[in-house]
Amino acid sequence: MSKLSELAKTIRSKNAGVDHITFDIVFDDQRIFEGVKDSGVMNKQTMADVFGISSDRITHFFVFEPGRAFKFSIARKTPAGGPGERDLFGCQQYAPLFDLEFRDLERPIN
Amino acid sequence: MEPGSFYAGLEEKPEAIIADAGSCDVGPCSLGSGTAASPEQWQRFDLEHMLRGARKAGIPMIISSCNDTGTNEGVDKFAAIIKDLATNHDFAPFKLACIRSTIDKTFVETALKGGSPIRGLAGRPDLTPEILDGTNALVPVMGAEPFVEALTMGADVILSSRSSDCCPFAGFAMYKGIPKDVAYYWGKVLECASFACEPYMAKESVLGVACEDRVWVKAVHPGQRCTPTSLASHAMYERNDPYREAVAGGEIDMGQLVYRQLDEKTTEVTGMKFKTSPEYWIKLEGAGKVGERCYAIVGVRDPHTIANIDKAVGWSQMKVEERYGRIGGTYQLYFHLYGKNAVLGELEPVREIRSHELGIVAEVIADTEALAKEIVTLAVRGIFYARLNTKGTAGGAAFLTEDPLVGSAAYQWTVNHIMRIDDPLKYFPITLEQICQN
Repeated sequence: MSKLSELAKTIRSKNAGVDHITFDIVFDDQRIFEGVKDSGVMNKQTMADVFGISSDRITHFFVFEPGRAFKFSIARKTPAGGPGERDLFGCQQYAPLFDLEFRDLERPIN
Repeated sequence: MEPGSFYAGLEEKPEAIIADAGSCDVGPCSLGSGTAASPEQWQRFDLEHMLRGARKAGIPMIISSCNDTGTNEGVDKFAAIIKDLATNHDFAPFKLACIRSTIDKTFVETALKGGSPIRGLAGRPDLTPEILDGTNALVPVMGAEPFVEALTMGADVILSSRSSDCCPFAGFAMYKGIPKDVAYYWGKVLECASFACEPYMAKESVLGVACEDRVWVKAVHPGQRCTPTSLASHAMYERNDPYREAVAGGEIDMGQLVYRQLDEKTTEVTGMKFKTSPEYWIKLEGAGKVGERCYAIVGVRDPHTIANIDKAVGWSQMKVEERYGRIGGTYQLYFHLYGKNAVLGELEPVREIRSHELGIVAEVIADTEALAKEIVTLAVRGIFYARLNTKGTAGGAAFLTEDPLVGSAAYQWTVNHIMRIDDPLKYFPITLEQICQN
């Protein structure tokens, strides 16, 4: 059993335009990337559940093979940088993804 | 910028120096208030290195989206800096082109009245006169065509108002005869410079080569390399879709890219395409002022208060509403609870507070600074006076300061729309002048 934070090289978030926050989960090990793909864990609904929101707010979801990555976007409730802004660049929203669990995958041995 | 890698890049004998100087990333306040996100000294620093490098090598220098927001005033500001720099350096006379725009709020109002659809992006409703009324400043985002035109006119230095990030690069490439399919992708891959390389380094330069059917990207900082992974990673950066990107006049199609590591520092990409759209649509960015803003900061250390912080906040909100009316009516009030969910807000899955202390930032936006100050003062006093039956009966909040802090005025992105124009050049007039050291 491994966590996403043990398996992925990069887990990040950033504004994509002013109305979205986009999340990238990047792997540097092809075998692990394939294993994560095959696990079926990575999909719109799971991403929505991590953040406790409706899957309607996950506006984009990609498996990006050339980058060995998963990518999804959340529609912001209000545009970036407006009243009540919590995170101007949207760059500190990713941590809840760390705890996603993958049953049959072991982290790479360094 | 970091000058080291810039000068290393110049050693490669490039044919141009190009940078897009703007971004929406900085938030709506800069556009709304007519200011920049960086101090002028920092801008001067970058422009001086680039201008010196360009003039010495006798190659064009292109800066788009001047002054962070790409307003016409931003172009004027950068033009003044360039002219001032020229008086301090021994350059041969050179031609400065400024590309401004004639699409402003009035223009868009007229277009709306004429029945032109101005479509909202990201699920926003189409533009209405009401949205425009709430907008202080608006910029159109130009395509590559004005840059081709300025180069054709003989410009050595080009400064432009807001453009799509890739377009100053695409314009230069097309001017040199590179096909559209390659030119726009080349711009896309270069516009964040060293972010397309690894390991992560900001503010470093990068070298791009465009050929008939391929692109090479080479890291010029000694500690960086450009790899298929770093380039693919950049395709994801700050974008919703890693396969397609809409720009003025069409769409960059990155669905069939093939990456190949050429040498330790360089990666080659083939398979890029550009889909020209039948009509020419440009993006409009606009910001509107919401109000004046004040903050107050208090800390809480009592564990009972922390466990019941929602009640304390609820008490404070009730007291504020009693005096000033509904929150969200004529004013806005936010509590940012550091230690609970200040960063993620409603996205925070962690429900229990694990911290022994909380930091609370109250933010109020109102029509006047005086009113914002008054309301935020009451808001944090509400935490101080909250009736929670704690052991500490002498005050429920640790005030950081006596007085609230006056913040910058609050703005919001009111316009994130696209409009159709009949000509990619017509609304982006170009002035050309000779600059001599005088």
